[in-house]
Amino acid sequence: MDKRMKINTRKKKMSYAKWGYILLIPFFVVFIIFQFIPLMQTFGYSFYEYYSIGLTEIGPNFVGFSNYVKIFQGSILKYAGNTVILWILCIIPQMTISLLLAVWFTDARLRLRGTGFFKTVIYMPNLVMAAAFGMLFQMLFASNGPIVDMMMKWGWIQESFNIGQSVWGTRAVIALMNFLMWFGNTTILLMAGVMGIDSSVYEAATIDGSGPFKTFFHITMPLLMPIFIYVVITSLIGGVQLFDVAQIFTKGSGAVDGSSKTLMMYLYKLIGTSRNYGEAGAVSVVLFVLTAFLSFLVFAFTHRNENKLSRKQRKLVAEYKLKGGKQDD
Amino acid sequence: MTSMAQPLPNSMIEEKLQNNEQQPMKIDIDRKARKTKVALIVRKILVYIVLIFLTILCIFPFYILIVNCTRSNFEIQQGFSFTFGNFFTYNWNSLFDDTNIPMARALLNSLFISLCTAVLTVYFSSLTAYAFHQYRFKGRNALFTFVLLIMMVPTTVSSLGLLTLCAKYDLLDTYYPLIIPAVASPITVFYMRQYLDSVMPKELVEAARVDGSGELSIFHRIVLPILKPAMAVQFIFSFVASWNNYFFPALVIQSTNKKTIPLIIAGLQASDPTTFDLGKVYMLMTIAIIPLLFMYLLLSKFIIKGVTLGSVKG
Repeated sequence: MDKRMKINTRKKKMSYAKWGYILLIPFFVVFIIFQFIPLMQTFGYSFYEYYSIGLTEIGPNFVGFSNYVKIFQGSILKYAGNTVILWILCIIPQMTISLLLAVWFTDARLRLRGTGFFKTVIYMPNLVMAAAFGMLFQMLFASNGPIVDMMMKWGWIQESFNIGQSVWGTRAVIALMNFLMWFGNTTILLMAGVMGIDSSVYEAATIDGSGPFKTFFHITMPLLMPIFIYVVITSLIGGVQLFDVAQIFTKGSGAVDGSSKTLMMYLYKLIGTSRNYGEAGAVSVVLFVLTAFLSFLVFAFTHRNENKLSRKQRKLVAEYKLKGGKQDD
Repeated sequence: MTSMAQPLPNSMIEEKLQNNEQQPMKIDIDRKARKTKVALIVRKILVYIVLIFLTILCIFPFYILIVNCTRSNFEIQQGFSFTFGNFFTYNWNSLFDDTNIPMARALLNSLFISLCTAVLTVYFSSLTAYAFHQYRFKGRNALFTFVLLIMMVPTTVSSLGLLTLCAKYDLLDTYYPLIIPAVASPITVFYMRQYLDSVMPKELVEAARVDGSGELSIFHRIVLPILKPAMAVQFIFSFVASWNNYFFPALVIQSTNKKTIPLIIAGLQASDPTTFDLGKVYMLMTIAIIPLLFMYLLLSKFIIKGVTLGSVKG
């Protein structure tokens, strides 16, 4: 109602309104051609039998939901499980370390020196090409690579080993790479959240003689909770799309019996190698539904908690929605 | 900056507190103060140990990378050493002379695609954001909500459809499907609008209109210069994202001399790296990683500041 009244009073300026539409044309035209139509087409393929063997193409023939039945009878649940395991292995240390760092960097009493330097360094791996990072770690952890070599020199292990042959070893290294790439980003995010907390609350706590632990669990954590959960969910959205690092590190095989094969690696194989567009469409739809559901959670959550956040924090959440959305490489 | 500014009020209060309380029971308070001081120092040491450990963890892989790209294949296989070798130029030459790895070509390809992507993203996102910021048109809020909604949908889920579409119009193995989608980047639009909303005074545009400027020239002459800091940050982010992109290019690009660096790395790694000249492989990864890191280190103050730019100004 209010808005309509406002528009009416501005009617004289409305002559410029058409420029709004004109300037939006490039964005929406490109979006529709390069994202919307392909998305619909992907959805469409998921209901068709459509694959190639060699040079012969079969389909597209309408088959209803049989692609979905096939992928769920196949290994999609296993790959989804792998993805979640890799995410959990990464998110637990990531959130712990990031929380600690965020609290330390903003702690008034610690008065750390060189925070600028530390922030620069921990954010650095985020910019590294994930493919190159995966290959670098593959070489570092190779059975004749520097890590094994050093461990042998220092007497930690007796003989060389190949981490690629161990299920949990591979998973751990992939999680480590992801951790290194993302904990700096998470730290800066949480730090902004902590700085958004009203400093008078901390002053009151100091006057009451609250120590660092008490302050953390009774003040920082409850007030940071909305942002904390927001970070976790956006990281899960990124985690669902885990690809580059795992693909390169395991040479696309997903290591031992596909135990580190993620959903995206499965999709890549269906599109690129096996050219099974029907099943690839079904997997894409599953991925879409999954991320849409998680995004919905983020929106619902930030909306519900809007009044629990301080004004400063709300602004920061808006700011950092960008960073969260970026977590797809 | 802000973290440096924050400590002041708390510490002042602490001092005041100590001064006030010192009068009634001096000795007891003294002991208590000393105790907390010791605890603080212990905490500080612990914190620095953790920070230094994390710093080493972050830097170490890159250190090994740089060391090994200066050593010969034989030296690398002999075991690891912390000292640099003197095979840098040898590895460099052997990488660029290798006819199986079109390295120089891949560098140019990556550079070209990333630059185009970054320019398109920044320019058209600014344009779109400005449209949402400046003009009051019907359906403005609905359209912006739509942009927010599609922000979270990963582009990878539509890659199958885009791929078949490209096959239909003969765009496979070209750079168009890698570059043109950059025009529609919802995340950047959102960022740019946040920035515009917080820094751009409406009167500027009104004044320019009175002076008789057209709408597009207002955008180019007034709005773009104002957006410069935000554009720089987004330019870097989209450049990096495109430079590092692997999933979709791997599906689109087929011919060897059109490959980008991530594809070269993936191709190299598909064959057994142990049969390779390791010095050459390390050199390849160094070239893929280090220039960008160097750029980041030069601009890091600018980047980290830029990430929180909107909130500072607002």
